Amino acid sequence: MKLSINRHLMQRLGFTGITLMAIATVTPIVAVVIYILIQGLPAISTEFLTGFPHDGMRAGGILPAIIGTLYLTIGTAIFSVPLGIAAAIYLSEYASDTPLTRTIRIAIINLAGIPSVVYGLFGLGLFVIFLKFGTSILAASMTLSIMTLPVIISTAEESLRSVPQGFRTVSISLGATRWQTIRRIVLKEALPGILTGVILGLERAAGETAPILFTGAAFFLPRLPGSPFDATMALPYHLFVISTQVPEMPIKIQYGTALVLLVFVLTMNLIATVIRSRARSKRQW
Amino acid sequence: MEKSLNWREFVITRLIQASGYSAIIFVALIFFFLLREGLPALAEVKPSELFNVRWYPIEDYFGILPLLTGSLIITLGAALIAVPFGIGTAVYISEIAPRWMREILKPLVELLGGLPSVVLGFLGILVLSPFIRVFLDLPTGLTALTGSILLGGIAVPTVVSVAEDALDAVPRAYREGAWALGATKWQTIWRVTLPAAKSGVLTAVMLGVGRAIGETMTVMMVTGNAPVLAIKLGSLFSPVRTMTATIAAEMGEVASGSTHYHVLFFIGMVLFLISLGVNIAASSVVFRAKKRAERILS
Repeated sequence: MKLSINRHLMQRLGFTGITLMAIATVTPIVAVVIYILIQGLPAISTEFLTGFPHDGMRAGGILPAIIGTLYLTIGTAIFSVPLGIAAAIYLSEYASDTPLTRTIRIAIINLAGIPSVVYGLFGLGLFVIFLKFGTSILAASMTLSIMTLPVIISTAEESLRSVPQGFRTVSISLGATRWQTIRRIVLKEALPGILTGVILGLERAAGETAPILFTGAAFFLPRLPGSPFDATMALPYHLFVISTQVPEMPIKIQYGTALVLLVFVLTMNLIATVIRSRARSKRQW
Repeated sequence: MEKSLNWREFVITRLIQASGYSAIIFVALIFFFLLREGLPALAEVKPSELFNVRWYPIEDYFGILPLLTGSLIITLGAALIAVPFGIGTAVYISEIAPRWMREILKPLVELLGGLPSVVLGFLGILVLSPFIRVFLDLPTGLTALTGSILLGGIAVPTVVSVAEDALDAVPRAYREGAWALGATKWQTIWRVTLPAAKSGVLTAVMLGVGRAIGETMTVMMVTGNAPVLAIKLGSLFSPVRTMTATIAAEMGEVASGSTHYHVLFFIGMVLFLISLGVNIAASSVVFRAKKRAERILS
Protein backbone atom coordinates (compact mmCIF):
# COMPACT_ATOMS: atom_id res chain seq x y z
CA MET A 1 0.00 0.00 0.00
CA LYS A 2 3.02 2.22 0.56
CA LEU A 3 3.48 2.49 -3.19
CA SER A 4 -0.04 3.75 -3.79
CA ILE A 5 0.26 6.41 -1.08
CA ASN A 6 3.41 7.63 -2.72
CA ARG A 7 1.72 7.79 -6.07
CA HIS A 8 -1.11 9.87 -4.74
CA LEU A 9 1.19 12.07 -2.73
CA MET A 10 3.22 12.53 -5.89
CA GLN A 11 0.10 13.51 -7.78
CA ARG A 12 -0.88 16.01 -5.14
CA LEU A 13 2.61 17.54 -5.10
CA GLY A 14 2.72 17.62 -8.90
CA PHE A 15 -0.70 19.24 -9.28
CA THR A 16 0.16 21.84 -6.66
CA GLY A 17 3.42 22.60 -8.43
CA ILE A 18 1.80 22.96 -11.85
CA THR A 19 -1.02 25.08 -10.43
CA LEU A 20 1.50 27.37 -8.75
CA MET A 21 3.34 27.70 -12.05
CA ALA A 22 0.16 28.69 -13.86
CA ILE A 23 -0.60 31.23 -11.14
CA ALA A 24 2.95 32.59 -11.36
CA THR A 25 2.48 32.99 -15.11
CA VAL A 26 -0.85 34.75 -14.98
CA THR A 27 -0.47 36.95 -11.91
CA PRO A 28 2.15 39.29 -13.43
CA ILE A 29 -0.16 39.91 -16.41
CA VAL A 30 -2.97 41.06 -14.17
CA ALA A 31 -0.52 42.98 -11.98
CA VAL A 32 0.93 44.85 -14.97
CA VAL A 33 -2.50 45.96 -16.15
CA ILE A 34 -3.68 47.04 -12.70
CA TYR A 35 -0.40 48.79 -11.88
CA ILE A 36 -0.46 50.86 -15.06
CA LEU A 37 -4.13 51.64 -14.48
CA ILE A 38 -3.43 52.96 -10.97
CA GLN A 39 -0.30 54.91 -11.92
CA GLY A 40 -1.70 56.23 -15.18
CA LEU A 41 -5.22 57.33 -14.24
CA PRO A 42 -4.17 60.57 -12.47
CA ALA A 43 -2.58 61.79 -15.72
CA ILE A 44 -5.74 61.34 -17.78
CA SER A 45 -7.60 64.56 -18.46
CA THR A 46 -9.31 66.17 -21.42
CA GLU A 47 -6.21 68.24 -22.04
CA PHE A 48 -4.00 65.14 -21.97
CA LEU A 49 -6.18 63.33 -24.52
CA THR A 50 -6.93 66.24 -26.83
CA GLY A 51 -3.95 68.56 -26.47
CA PHE A 52 -0.59 68.82 -28.18
CA PRO A 53 2.64 68.18 -26.29
CA HIS A 54 4.65 71.24 -25.34
CA ASP A 55 7.72 72.21 -23.28
CA GLY A 56 9.77 69.53 -25.05
CA MET A 57 6.91 67.04 -24.54
CA ARG A 58 7.19 67.41 -20.77
CA ALA A 59 3.73 68.95 -20.58
CA GLY A 60 0.48 69.04 -22.52
CA GLY A 61 -1.29 66.18 -24.25
CA ILE A 62 -0.62 63.30 -26.57
CA LEU A 63 -3.29 63.86 -29.24
CA PRO A 64 -0.88 63.57 -32.22
CA ALA A 65 0.32 60.19 -30.95
CA ILE A 66 -3.24 58.90 -30.47
CA ILE A 67 -4.34 60.08 -33.92
CA GLY A 68 -1.13 58.72 -35.43
CA THR A 69 -1.71 55.24 -34.02
CA LEU A 70 -5.29 55.40 -35.28
CA TYR A 71 -4.08 56.32 -38.79
CA LEU A 72 -1.46 53.57 -38.77
CA THR A 73 -3.98 50.97 -37.62
CA ILE A 74 -6.47 51.99 -40.30
CA GLY A 75 -3.71 52.09 -42.92
CA THR A 76 -2.60 48.61 -41.90
CA ALA A 77 -6.18 47.34 -42.13
CA ILE A 78 -6.63 48.77 -45.65
CA PHE A 79 -3.75 46.69 -47.01
CA SER A 80 -3.72 43.60 -44.84
CA VAL A 81 -7.42 42.76 -44.43
CA PRO A 82 -8.42 42.25 -48.11
CA LEU A 83 -5.13 40.57 -48.96
CA GLY A 84 -5.15 38.36 -45.87
CA ILE A 85 -8.75 37.21 -46.29
CA ALA A 86 -8.25 36.56 -50.01
CA ALA A 87 -5.15 34.48 -49.25
CA ALA A 88 -7.10 32.54 -46.62
CA ILE A 89 -9.91 31.89 -49.13
CA TYR A 90 -7.35 30.61 -51.59
CA LEU A 91 -5.80 28.22 -49.06
CA SER A 92 -9.10 26.96 -47.71
CA GLU A 93 -11.33 26.89 -50.81
CA TYR A 94 -9.12 26.60 -53.88
CA ALA A 95 -5.70 25.15 -53.09
CA SER A 96 -5.11 21.43 -53.06
CA ASP A 97 -2.20 19.81 -51.25
CA THR A 98 0.57 20.48 -53.75
CA PRO A 99 4.22 21.38 -53.19
CA LEU A 100 3.28 24.97 -54.06
CA THR A 101 0.62 25.08 -51.34
CA ARG A 102 3.09 23.63 -48.86
CA THR A 103 5.58 26.34 -49.85
CA ILE A 104 2.91 28.98 -49.22
CA ARG A 105 2.30 27.54 -45.76
CA ILE A 106 6.00 27.52 -44.93
CA ALA A 107 6.22 31.13 -46.18
CA ILE A 108 3.36 32.14 -43.88
CA ILE A 109 4.98 30.45 -40.89
CA ASN A 110 8.22 32.24 -41.69
CA LEU A 111 6.53 35.62 -42.09
CA ALA A 112 5.09 35.11 -38.61
CA GLY A 113 8.54 34.44 -37.19
CA ILE A 114 10.55 37.27 -38.74
CA PRO A 115 11.70 39.71 -36.03
CA SER A 116 9.77 42.98 -36.06
CA VAL A 117 12.93 45.05 -36.45
CA VAL A 118 13.76 43.10 -39.63
CA TYR A 119 10.36 44.18 -40.98
CA GLY A 120 11.52 47.70 -40.19
CA LEU A 121 14.69 47.20 -42.25
CA PHE A 122 12.67 45.73 -45.11
CA GLY A 123 10.19 48.62 -45.03
CA LEU A 124 13.09 51.07 -45.06
CA GLY A 125 14.71 49.30 -48.02
CA LEU A 126 11.58 48.76 -50.12
CA PHE A 127 8.97 51.40 -49.27
CA VAL A 128 11.01 54.33 -47.93
CA ILE A 129 14.04 54.22 -50.22
CA PHE A 130 13.31 52.05 -53.27
CA LEU A 131 9.69 53.14 -53.86
CA LYS A 132 10.50 56.66 -52.56
CA PHE A 133 7.54 56.89 -50.17
CA GLY A 134 9.84 58.55 -47.62
CA THR A 135 9.31 58.04 -43.90
CA SER A 136 5.54 58.22 -44.04
CA ILE A 137 2.28 56.79 -42.78
CA LEU A 138 2.03 54.94 -46.10
CA ALA A 139 5.41 53.22 -45.75
CA ALA A 140 4.83 52.38 -42.08
CA SER A 141 1.31 51.04 -42.73
CA MET A 142 2.50 48.82 -45.56
CA THR A 143 5.35 47.49 -43.41
CA LEU A 144 2.93 46.74 -40.57
CA SER A 145 0.49 45.13 -43.04
CA ILE A 146 2.98 42.52 -44.18
CA MET A 147 3.82 41.79 -40.54
CA THR A 148 0.11 41.39 -39.71
CA LEU A 149 -0.65 39.22 -42.73
CA PRO A 150 0.28 35.80 -41.27
CA VAL A 151 -1.98 36.34 -38.23
CA ILE A 152 -4.94 37.26 -40.42
CA ILE A 153 -4.34 34.50 -42.97
CA SER A 154 -4.01 31.70 -40.44
CA THR A 155 -6.98 32.66 -38.25
CA ALA A 156 -9.21 33.37 -41.27
CA GLU A 157 -8.25 30.08 -42.89
CA GLU A 158 -9.01 28.16 -39.73
CA SER A 159 -12.37 29.88 -39.52
CA LEU A 160 -13.22 29.15 -43.17
CA ARG A 161 -12.25 25.51 -42.76
CA SER A 162 -14.56 25.11 -39.78
CA VAL A 163 -17.60 25.79 -42.02
CA PRO A 164 -19.07 22.33 -42.72
CA GLN A 165 -18.48 20.96 -46.20
CA GLY A 166 -22.21 20.27 -46.57
CA PHE A 167 -22.96 24.01 -46.73
CA ARG A 168 -20.83 24.28 -49.85
CA THR A 169 -22.23 21.15 -51.45
CA VAL A 170 -25.81 22.32 -50.99
CA SER A 171 -25.10 25.79 -52.36
CA ILE A 172 -23.32 24.41 -55.45
CA SER A 173 -26.09 21.88 -56.05
CA LEU A 174 -28.62 24.74 -56.03
CA GLY A 175 -26.78 26.21 -58.99
CA ALA A 176 -24.58 28.78 -57.31
CA THR A 177 -21.09 29.29 -58.71
CA ARG A 178 -18.04 28.69 -56.59
CA TRP A 179 -17.48 32.37 -55.88
CA GLN A 180 -21.18 32.92 -55.07
CA THR A 181 -21.00 30.04 -52.62
CA ILE A 182 -17.90 31.47 -50.97
CA ARG A 183 -19.25 35.00 -50.79
CA ARG A 184 -22.82 34.31 -49.66
CA ILE A 185 -22.43 31.13 -47.62
CA VAL A 186 -18.89 30.35 -46.49
CA LEU A 187 -17.71 33.91 -45.78
CA LYS A 188 -20.93 34.75 -43.99
CA GLU A 189 -20.63 31.77 -41.68
CA ALA A 190 -16.93 32.30 -41.06
CA LEU A 191 -17.22 36.05 -40.48
CA PRO A 192 -16.96 36.14 -36.66
CA GLY A 193 -13.83 34.00 -36.70
CA ILE A 194 -12.28 36.11 -39.43
CA LEU A 195 -13.12 39.30 -37.58
CA THR A 196 -11.48 37.97 -34.42
CA GLY A 197 -8.29 37.24 -36.34
CA VAL A 198 -8.32 40.63 -38.05
CA ILE A 199 -8.69 42.49 -34.76
CA LEU A 200 -6.00 40.44 -33.04
CA GLY A 201 -3.66 41.11 -35.97
CA LEU A 202 -4.37 44.84 -35.94
CA GLU A 203 -3.95 44.89 -32.17
CA ARG A 204 -0.43 43.64 -32.60
CA ALA A 205 0.26 46.20 -35.32
CA ALA A 206 -1.06 49.04 -33.15
CA GLY A 207 1.32 48.15 -30.32
CA GLU A 208 4.44 47.66 -32.44
CA THR A 209 7.33 50.07 -32.39
CA ALA A 210 10.29 48.46 -34.15
CA PRO A 211 8.72 48.22 -37.65
CA ILE A 212 7.81 51.93 -37.70
CA LEU A 213 11.07 53.23 -36.20
CA PHE A 214 12.64 53.95 -39.58
CA THR A 215 9.58 53.81 -41.81
CA GLY A 216 7.14 56.41 -40.48
CA ALA A 217 7.53 57.37 -36.83
CA ALA A 218 8.27 60.97 -35.92
CA PHE A 219 9.95 62.04 -32.67
CA PHE A 220 7.80 65.13 -32.34
CA LEU A 221 5.30 66.88 -34.61
CA PRO A 222 3.68 70.21 -33.78
CA ARG A 223 0.67 69.40 -35.98
CA LEU A 224 -1.34 66.42 -37.17
CA PRO A 225 -0.18 64.61 -40.32
CA GLY A 226 -1.97 65.99 -43.38
CA SER A 227 -1.41 63.24 -45.93
CA PRO A 228 -0.33 59.59 -46.15
CA PHE A 229 3.10 60.85 -47.18
CA ASP A 230 3.71 62.61 -43.86
CA ALA A 231 5.51 60.99 -40.96
CA THR A 232 3.47 60.63 -37.79
CA MET A 233 3.81 60.31 -34.04
CA ALA A 234 2.52 57.04 -32.62
CA LEU A 235 1.68 55.89 -29.09
CA PRO A 236 4.21 53.05 -28.74
CA TYR A 237 7.05 55.08 -30.22
CA HIS A 238 6.07 58.08 -28.13
CA LEU A 239 6.19 55.96 -24.98
CA PHE A 240 9.63 54.73 -25.99
CA VAL A 241 10.82 58.29 -26.63
CA ILE A 242 9.55 59.81 -23.41
CA SER A 243 10.76 56.92 -21.26
CA THR A 244 14.28 56.73 -22.68
CA GLN A 245 15.20 59.79 -24.74
CA VAL A 246 13.82 62.79 -22.89
CA PRO A 247 15.60 63.72 -19.64
CA GLU A 248 13.52 64.87 -16.67
CA MET A 249 10.32 63.62 -18.16
CA PRO A 250 7.48 63.77 -15.60
CA ILE A 251 6.68 60.20 -14.56
CA LYS A 252 2.96 60.95 -14.57
CA ILE A 253 2.89 61.65 -18.31
CA GLN A 254 4.86 58.45 -18.98
CA TYR A 255 2.35 56.32 -17.09
CA GLY A 256 -0.53 58.22 -18.68
CA THR A 257 0.81 57.45 -22.16
CA ALA A 258 1.34 53.79 -21.24
CA LEU A 259 -2.24 53.65 -19.98
CA VAL A 260 -3.71 55.13 -23.17
CA LEU A 261 -1.72 52.65 -25.27
CA LEU A 262 -2.80 49.79 -23.03
CA VAL A 263 -6.47 50.80 -23.20
CA PHE A 264 -6.23 51.08 -27.00
CA VAL A 265 -4.81 47.57 -27.28
CA LEU A 266 -6.93 45.97 -24.56
CA THR A 267 -10.14 47.33 -26.07
CA MET A 268 -9.31 45.64 -29.35
CA ASN A 269 -8.45 42.45 -27.49
CA LEU A 270 -11.74 42.57 -25.58
CA ILE A 271 -13.80 43.14 -28.73
CA ALA A 272 -12.12 40.15 -30.37
CA THR A 273 -12.76 37.93 -27.34
CA VAL A 274 -16.42 38.96 -27.16
CA ILE A 275 -17.02 38.37 -30.88
CA ARG A 276 -15.47 34.94 -30.62
CA SER A 277 -17.33 33.74 -27.55
CA ARG A 278 -20.64 35.08 -28.92
CA ALA A 279 -20.15 33.30 -32.22
CA ARG A 280 -19.28 30.09 -30.38
CA SER A 281 -22.42 30.13 -28.29
CA LYS A 282 -24.67 30.96 -31.26
CA ARG A 283 -23.22 28.35 -33.57
CA GLN A 284 -25.59 25.51 -34.38
CA TRP A 285 -23.28 23.17 -36.24
CA MET B 1 -25.55 38.05 -68.34
CA GLU B 2 -24.24 34.52 -68.23
CA LYS B 3 -21.05 35.61 -69.91
CA SER B 4 -20.37 38.58 -67.63
CA LEU B 5 -20.83 36.32 -64.61
CA ASN B 6 -18.23 33.90 -65.92
CA TRP B 7 -15.86 36.71 -66.63
CA ARG B 8 -16.22 38.14 -63.15
CA GLU B 9 -15.78 34.76 -61.59
CA PHE B 10 -12.59 34.30 -63.58
CA VAL B 11 -11.11 37.62 -62.48
CA ILE B 12 -11.99 37.06 -58.84
CA THR B 13 -10.52 33.56 -58.86
CA ARG B 14 -7.28 34.90 -60.32
CA LEU B 15 -7.13 37.70 -57.73
CA ILE B 16 -7.65 35.23 -54.90
CA GLN B 17 -4.99 32.97 -56.33
CA ALA B 18 -2.53 35.85 -56.57
CA SER B 19 -3.23 36.78 -52.95
CA GLY B 20 -2.55 33.20 -51.99
CA TYR B 21 0.91 33.41 -53.52
CA SER B 22 1.62 36.77 -51.86
CA ALA B 23 3.18 35.22 -48.75
CA ILE B 24 5.90 33.59 -50.84
CA ILE B 25 6.48 36.84 -52.71
CA PHE B 26 6.84 38.81 -49.47
CA VAL B 27 9.33 36.38 -47.92
CA ALA B 28 11.34 36.51 -51.14
CA LEU B 29 11.16 40.32 -51.26
CA ILE B 30 12.28 40.62 -47.63
CA PHE B 31 15.21 38.33 -48.25
CA PHE B 32 16.09 40.14 -51.46
CA PHE B 33 16.16 43.58 -49.84
CA LEU B 34 18.20 42.32 -46.88
CA LEU B 35 20.71 40.80 -49.31
CA ARG B 36 20.77 43.89 -51.48
CA GLU B 37 21.58 46.21 -48.59
CA GLY B 38 23.43 43.74 -46.38
CA LEU B 39 25.81 41.87 -48.68
CA PRO B 40 27.92 44.94 -49.52
CA ALA B 41 29.02 44.79 -45.87
CA LEU B 42 31.06 41.69 -46.72
CA ALA B 43 32.92 43.63 -49.38
CA GLU B 44 33.49 46.68 -47.20
CA VAL B 45 34.49 44.93 -43.97
CA LYS B 46 36.89 41.99 -43.88
CA PRO B 47 35.21 38.84 -42.52
CA SER B 48 37.89 38.63 -39.82
CA GLU B 49 36.89 42.11 -38.66
CA LEU B 50 33.17 41.43 -38.96
CA PHE B 51 33.37 38.35 -36.74
CA ASN B 52 35.39 40.16 -34.16
CA VAL B 53 34.82 41.18 -30.57
CA ARG B 54 34.79 44.95 -30.90
CA TRP B 55 31.66 46.88 -31.92
CA TYR B 56 32.52 50.55 -32.14
CA PRO B 57 31.11 51.88 -35.42
CA ILE B 58 32.32 55.47 -34.94
CA GLU B 59 35.89 54.23 -35.31
CA ASP B 60 34.96 51.64 -37.93
CA TYR B 61 35.06 48.61 -35.65
CA PHE B 62 32.24 46.39 -36.85
CA GLY B 63 32.76 43.20 -34.83
CA ILE B 64 29.34 41.59 -34.41
CA LEU B 65 30.34 38.86 -31.94
CA PRO B 66 29.33 40.87 -28.84
CA LEU B 67 25.89 41.41 -30.37
CA LEU B 68 25.53 37.72 -31.25
CA THR B 69 26.53 36.60 -27.76
CA GLY B 70 24.30 39.29 -26.24
CA SER B 71 21.30 37.96 -28.15
CA LEU B 72 22.19 34.38 -27.27
CA ILE B 73 22.63 34.89 -23.53
CA ILE B 74 19.38 36.82 -23.19
CA THR B 75 17.48 34.28 -25.28
CA LEU B 76 18.93 31.44 -23.24
CA GLY B 77 17.83 33.13 -20.03
CA ALA B 78 14.39 33.79 -21.48
CA ALA B 79 14.05 30.16 -22.56
CA LEU B 80 14.98 28.96 -19.06
CA ILE B 81 12.00 30.94 -17.81
CA ALA B 82 9.51 30.54 -20.65
CA VAL B 83 9.91 26.80 -21.24
CA PRO B 84 9.06 25.46 -17.76
CA PHE B 85 6.42 28.09 -17.03
CA GLY B 86 4.95 27.89 -20.52
CA ILE B 87 4.72 24.10 -20.57
CA GLY B 88 3.54 24.02 -16.95
CA THR B 89 0.76 26.49 -17.72
CA ALA B 90 -0.20 24.58 -20.85
CA VAL B 91 -0.43 21.33 -18.86
CA TYR B 92 -2.50 23.08 -16.21
CA ILE B 93 -4.91 24.58 -18.74
CA SER B 94 -5.26 21.45 -20.83
CA GLU B 95 -5.14 18.68 -18.21
CA ILE B 96 -5.87 19.95 -14.73
CA ALA B 97 -7.90 23.17 -14.70
CA PRO B 98 -11.68 23.01 -14.38
CA ARG B 99 -13.56 24.38 -17.36
CA TRP B 100 -14.37 27.80 -15.89
CA MET B 101 -10.73 28.30 -14.95
CA ARG B 102 -9.70 27.48 -18.51
CA GLU B 103 -12.11 30.11 -19.84
CA ILE B 104 -10.39 32.72 -17.67
CA LEU B 105 -6.79 31.64 -18.18
CA LYS B 106 -6.74 31.32 -21.95
CA PRO B 107 -7.81 34.92 -22.70
CA LEU B 108 -5.40 36.15 -20.01
CA VAL B 109 -2.43 34.41 -21.60
CA GLU B 110 -3.56 35.72 -24.97
CA LEU B 111 -3.68 39.18 -23.41
CA LEU B 112 -0.03 38.86 -22.42
CA GLY B 113 0.73 38.08 -26.05
CA GLY B 114 -0.99 41.32 -27.03
CA LEU B 115 0.73 43.60 -24.52
CA PRO B 116 2.95 45.97 -26.52
CA SER B 117 6.60 45.14 -25.88
CA VAL B 118 7.30 48.83 -25.35
CA VAL B 119 4.96 48.81 -22.33
CA LEU B 120 6.86 45.88 -20.81
CA GLY B 121 10.14 47.66 -21.49
CA PHE B 122 8.76 50.79 -19.85
CA LEU B 123 7.82 48.86 -16.70
CA GLY B 124 11.18 47.13 -16.92
CA ILE B 125 12.93 50.49 -16.63
CA LEU B 126 10.76 51.86 -13.85
CA VAL B 127 9.97 48.79 -11.76
CA LEU B 128 11.98 45.65 -12.56
CA SER B 129 15.47 47.08 -13.07
CA PRO B 130 15.54 49.15 -9.84
CA PHE B 131 14.35 46.05 -8.02
CA ILE B 132 17.11 43.90 -9.54
CA ARG B 133 19.74 46.54 -8.81
CA VAL B 134 18.80 46.69 -5.13
CA PHE B 135 17.98 43.01 -4.70
CA LEU B 136 21.19 41.68 -6.25
CA ASP B 137 23.26 44.70 -5.18
CA LEU B 138 24.46 45.52 -8.70
CA PRO B 139 25.81 48.85 -10.01
CA THR B 140 22.98 48.95 -12.54
CA GLY B 141 19.68 47.14 -12.95
CA LEU B 142 19.86 47.32 -16.74
CA THR B 143 21.31 43.83 -17.22
CA ALA B 144 20.94 40.74 -19.38
CA LEU B 145 18.97 39.17 -16.54
CA THR B 146 16.39 41.98 -16.61
CA GLY B 147 15.99 41.45 -20.34
CA SER B 148 15.74 37.67 -19.91
CA ILE B 149 12.95 37.93 -17.34
CA LEU B 150 10.85 40.24 -19.53
CA LEU B 151 11.61 38.27 -22.69
CA GLY B 152 10.61 35.11 -20.86
CA GLY B 153 7.24 36.74 -20.23
CA ILE B 154 6.96 37.72 -23.89
CA ALA B 155 7.75 34.19 -25.07
CA VAL B 156 5.38 32.47 -22.61
CA PRO B 157 2.12 33.03 -24.57
CA THR B 158 3.64 31.47 -27.70
CA VAL B 159 4.84 28.43 -25.75
CA VAL B 160 1.52 28.07 -23.90
CA SER B 161 -0.75 28.27 -26.92
CA VAL B 162 1.26 25.95 -29.16
CA ALA B 163 1.94 23.42 -26.37
CA GLU B 164 -1.69 23.48 -25.31
CA ASP B 165 -2.85 22.77 -28.86
CA ALA B 166 -0.46 19.81 -28.93
CA LEU B 167 -1.76 18.44 -25.62
CA ASP B 168 -5.35 18.93 -26.76
CA ALA B 169 -4.65 16.94 -29.90
CA VAL B 170 -3.68 13.82 -27.92
CA PRO B 171 -6.61 11.41 -28.31
CA ARG B 172 -8.67 10.93 -25.18
CA ALA B 173 -8.34 7.16 -25.55
CA TYR B 174 -4.63 7.41 -24.66
CA ARG B 175 -5.47 8.92 -21.29
CA GLU B 176 -8.37 6.54 -20.68
CA GLY B 177 -6.11 3.61 -21.45
CA ALA B 178 -3.59 4.79 -18.88
CA TRP B 179 -6.27 5.36 -16.25
CA ALA B 180 -7.74 1.95 -16.90
CA LEU B 181 -4.31 0.44 -16.22
CA GLY B 182 -4.38 2.12 -12.84
CA ALA B 183 -2.14 5.12 -13.49
CA THR B 184 -2.90 8.29 -11.57
CA LYS B 185 -3.75 11.45 -13.48
CA TRP B 186 -0.28 12.74 -12.74
CA GLN B 187 1.42 9.61 -14.05
CA THR B 188 -0.76 9.78 -17.14
CA ILE B 189 0.29 13.36 -17.82
CA TRP B 190 3.99 12.60 -17.40
CA ARG B 191 4.24 9.21 -19.04
CA VAL B 192 1.49 9.26 -21.65
CA THR B 193 0.08 12.66 -22.59
CA LEU B 194 3.29 14.71 -22.62
CA PRO B 195 5.34 12.08 -24.51
CA ALA B 196 2.50 11.73 -27.02
CA ALA B 197 2.50 15.50 -27.55
CA LYS B 198 6.31 15.66 -27.61
CA SER B 199 6.73 17.01 -31.13
CA GLY B 200 4.14 19.75 -30.64
CA VAL B 201 5.72 20.75 -27.34
CA LEU B 202 9.12 20.86 -29.03
CA THR B 203 7.63 23.12 -31.70
CA ALA B 204 6.24 25.33 -28.94
CA VAL B 205 9.69 25.66 -27.40
CA MET B 206 11.31 26.49 -30.72
CA LEU B 207 8.71 29.09 -31.66
CA GLY B 208 9.04 30.62 -28.18
CA VAL B 209 12.81 30.86 -28.60
CA GLY B 210 12.30 32.38 -32.05
CA ARG B 211 9.96 34.94 -30.56
CA ALA B 212 12.53 35.82 -27.87
CA ILE B 213 15.52 36.20 -30.16
CA GLY B 214 13.65 38.61 -32.42
CA GLU B 215 12.21 40.84 -29.72
CA THR B 216 13.51 44.37 -30.00
CA MET B 217 12.01 47.18 -27.96
CA THR B 218 12.01 45.51 -24.55
CA VAL B 219 15.64 44.41 -24.75
CA MET B 220 16.72 47.76 -26.12
CA MET B 221 15.10 49.51 -23.16
CA VAL B 222 16.25 47.29 -20.28
CA THR B 223 19.57 45.63 -21.12
CA GLY B 224 21.85 48.66 -20.95
CA ASN B 225 23.12 48.23 -24.53
CA ALA B 226 26.82 47.75 -23.76
CA PRO B 227 28.45 45.86 -26.65
CA VAL B 228 30.68 43.58 -24.58
CA LEU B 229 31.35 39.93 -25.23
CA ALA B 230 28.89 37.97 -23.09
CA ILE B 231 30.35 34.49 -22.66
CA LYS B 232 30.74 34.20 -18.89
CA LEU B 233 27.96 33.33 -16.49
CA GLY B 234 28.55 36.71 -14.83
CA SER B 235 27.54 38.42 -18.07
CA LEU B 236 23.97 37.72 -17.03
CA PHE B 237 24.36 40.39 -14.35
CA SER B 238 25.94 43.06 -16.51
CA PRO B 239 24.66 45.16 -19.41
CA VAL B 240 24.73 43.52 -22.84
CA ARG B 241 23.52 44.48 -26.28
CA THR B 242 21.55 42.37 -28.73
CA MET B 243 21.49 42.31 -32.52
CA THR B 244 17.92 43.59 -32.65
CA ALA B 245 18.60 46.48 -30.27
CA THR B 246 21.67 47.50 -32.26
CA ILE B 247 19.68 47.78 -35.47
CA ALA B 248 16.85 49.66 -33.78
CA ALA B 249 19.13 52.07 -31.93
CA GLU B 250 21.60 52.86 -34.70
CA MET B 251 19.69 52.68 -37.99
CA GLY B 252 18.08 56.05 -37.40
CA GLU B 253 21.44 57.78 -37.25
CA VAL B 254 23.45 56.27 -40.08
CA ALA B 255 23.84 57.66 -43.57
CA SER B 256 22.03 55.52 -46.11
CA GLY B 257 24.60 53.54 -48.12
CA SER B 258 27.45 53.87 -45.60
CA THR B 259 29.39 50.87 -44.32
CA HIS B 260 27.63 51.11 -40.97
CA TYR B 261 24.27 51.04 -42.80
CA HIS B 262 25.27 47.92 -44.73
CA VAL B 263 26.53 46.17 -41.61
CA LEU B 264 23.23 46.85 -39.83
CA PHE B 265 21.39 45.28 -42.77
CA PHE B 266 23.86 42.39 -42.61
CA ILE B 267 22.87 41.86 -38.96
CA GLY B 268 19.23 41.94 -40.10
CA MET B 269 20.09 39.26 -42.63
CA VAL B 270 21.61 37.10 -39.87
CA LEU B 271 18.44 37.55 -37.79
CA PHE B 272 16.29 36.66 -40.79
CA LEU B 273 18.28 33.47 -41.41
CA ILE B 274 18.08 32.50 -37.73
CA SER B 275 14.30 32.91 -37.70
CA LEU B 276 14.04 31.07 -41.02
CA GLY B 277 16.05 28.16 -39.58
CA VAL B 278 14.05 28.05 -36.35
CA ASN B 279 10.71 28.13 -38.15
CA ILE B 280 11.55 25.59 -40.82
CA ALA B 281 12.93 23.28 -38.12
CA ALA B 282 9.80 23.79 -36.01
CA SER B 283 7.42 23.07 -38.88
CA SER B 284 9.38 20.03 -40.06
CA VAL B 285 9.16 18.53 -36.57
CA VAL B 286 5.38 18.76 -36.79
CA PHE B 287 5.38 17.45 -40.33
CA ARG B 288 7.51 14.42 -39.44
CA ALA B 289 5.41 13.66 -36.37
CA LYS B 290 2.27 13.80 -38.49
CA LYS B 291 3.76 11.36 -40.98
CA ARG B 292 4.75 8.99 -38.20
CA ALA B 293 1.27 9.14 -36.71
CA GLU B 294 -0.24 8.40 -40.11
CA ARG B 295 2.03 5.40 -40.47
CA ILE B 296 1.07 4.04 -37.08
CA LEU B 297 -2.64 4.55 -37.63
CA SER B 298 -2.77 3.08 -41.12
